Amino acid sequence: MDIIVCLKQVPDTEAEIRPTPDNTEINYEGIKFVINVYDEYAVEEALRIREKVGEGTVTIVTLGPERAVESIRTALAMGADKAVHLDDAAFLGGDANATARALAKAIEAMSYDIIFCGKQAIDDDLAQVGNILGEFLNLPSVTGIVKFDLSEDKKKATVQRQIEGGIEVLEVPLPAVFTATKGLNEPRYPSLPGIMKAKKKELKPVKLGDLGLNEGEVGKKGSLTQVLKYSLPPVRGAGKIVQGDTPEEKAANLAKLLREEAKVI
Amino acid sequence: MSLCFELSEEQKILRETVRNFAEKEIRPICQELDEKEEFSVELTRKMGELGLFGPFVSEKYGGSNMGYVSYIIAVEEIARVDGSQAATLAAGNSLGIAPIYYFGNEEQKRYWLPKLCSGEMLASFGLTEPNAGSDAGASRTTAVLDGNEWVINGSKIFITNSCTEISGVCVVQCVTGKRPDGKNELSCILVPNGTPGFTARPMKGKMVWRASNTGELIFEDCRVPKENLLGKRGDGFHQMLSTLDGGRLSIAAMGLGGAQGAYEAALKYANEREQFGRTIGSFQSVAFKLADMAMEIEAARWLLYYACWLADNNRPFVKEAAMAKLYCSEVMHRVANQAVQIHGGYGLMKEFFVEKYYRNAKLLEIGEGTSEIQRIVIARQIGVKGGDWWTGVTKQ
Repeated sequence: MDIIVCLKQVPDTEAEIRPTPDNTEINYEGIKFVINVYDEYAVEEALRIREKVGEGTVTIVTLGPERAVESIRTALAMGADKAVHLDDAAFLGGDANATARALAKAIEAMSYDIIFCGKQAIDDDLAQVGNILGEFLNLPSVTGIVKFDLSEDKKKATVQRQIEGGIEVLEVPLPAVFTATKGLNEPRYPSLPGIMKAKKKELKPVKLGDLGLNEGEVGKKGSLTQVLKYSLPPVRGAGKIVQGDTPEEKAANLAKLLREEAKVI
Repeated sequence: MSLCFELSEEQKILRETVRNFAEKEIRPICQELDEKEEFSVELTRKMGELGLFGPFVSEKYGGSNMGYVSYIIAVEEIARVDGSQAATLAAGNSLGIAPIYYFGNEEQKRYWLPKLCSGEMLASFGLTEPNAGSDAGASRTTAVLDGNEWVINGSKIFITNSCTEISGVCVVQCVTGKRPDGKNELSCILVPNGTPGFTARPMKGKMVWRASNTGELIFEDCRVPKENLLGKRGDGFHQMLSTLDGGRLSIAAMGLGGAQGAYEAALKYANEREQFGRTIGSFQSVAFKLADMAMEIEAARWLLYYACWLADNNRPFVKEAAMAKLYCSEVMHRVANQAVQIHGGYGLMKEFFVEKYYRNAKLLEIGEGTSEIQRIVIARQIGVKGGDWWTGVTKQ
């Protein structure tokens, strides 16, 4: 059973995000980076399946700058077997389509039965790469799974999705792409021996040329959409205390404000 | 080019992992454990699963062979959140695992270390006695060889990790005879918990490290096989000094981590709390306190990492370990004091995190050699001429 996990390194949820002065990029200076939380569920699920089946490999595939290596190593320390790093400036800055194209090209050449992604990256919140990857590879894709069960013959999977008011159960022939969400599992911590072992595991850098793609097909240039600008949400103003001597008076004033100022009633 | 302050990739991942672990697994429950004065077997096991026991031990015995800098980063990160769990970890490693790893024979190492490194069992170091504290050579606990067995009598006090339900063995320093020069011959003997004649009782009512386990040990005609001797007969004093050298690094790490935790709490509070219509951090008196805290923590960190680097590179580190222990514990004392000051009245309340740091700081200036003893060690190391009495503290 060969499992591939697409993993993205993202800013820590507590990091303070600011655009660059010209508002066209995010200023990443001084920011701490972590594994995208949904991708952690994906790594954990892949490891659990491999452990249950008792054979196979878990390969991490990451598109990102040099600093992403630390996140890749962390996944290897959790127990993944090897990793492929799409490490070329040409890959960067792409939209979901361009990113999925590069990932698909890299994965195409590998052996796989299951591909896991996180449901979405918590930085750009696109939630598209998994599906587009499935399209490029001509595979079925299921988003936001909270349970994964492999069939006896390992040829299909029964998965669950949380939908409005209930659970949806789907059967999917393998290979297929699944995106993981909260509830699927509780990711393990990398152990100290795991961290030491990770140092010796294969981490293969892949350049644009290695994939047989050209610059116009990936990254910013290969994107179908272009980001025009980034801006911070408007600063929230101070709240308003409704005046009045009695509850009745306050209620009347509130109703007046809601009608005349907020214009909601 | 050889001066490098960059941590390795593994060390960065380690710090991140242990920090996440401490935030998620320890922070939510540590106040309650502290309040109830309750040792947590579960947290100890979890730290074991993470591989935090035995980071300096070879893989052959279940360790991860990551070295002292890595070990100290782990203790620092746990102490940043909770001194009690850091105490369990630091004592389990430096006082429990280290003497067996460094002085045990192959059989002893193979028997004890895998269980200790997995965190399923804790070992303790029986050194301090009611009448032998700083004067550790004045131990009165005796071990007399009777046929193929040691017969141990005496008592020990303030022994960390010695009486939990997973405490498996105590390395007990005993007087095993007289040396030709008339001084006591000291030896360390492994005494498994549960051996008849060995009673371990928890000591309650601590001001500090309330969720760590501290025991009082009593030996009454306690018999263990002759083979339980650790290393050579008469090596006990040397083994004790060497164990404490390593232990000082971990106490220093607890000071550093505790100072970091208290400082972060104070910084956050100073940026949020408003008085006189502005955040209190914007007042110079508070801002300068925070600047001083940050500066001292940084200085403490690099002094300690340097001492660990010396240990990892097999160079003498006695002086630096004593300096790091002394400095880090005093930095934590000052930082925790100012952190409570910045919190004002709230800093005195248990629901705010800083009062615990303030209490815990005091232990670090006492345990594993008081600040005064550290100064003696340093003075001797730098060549100050002292009296004969110094030899009882630093060399026999």
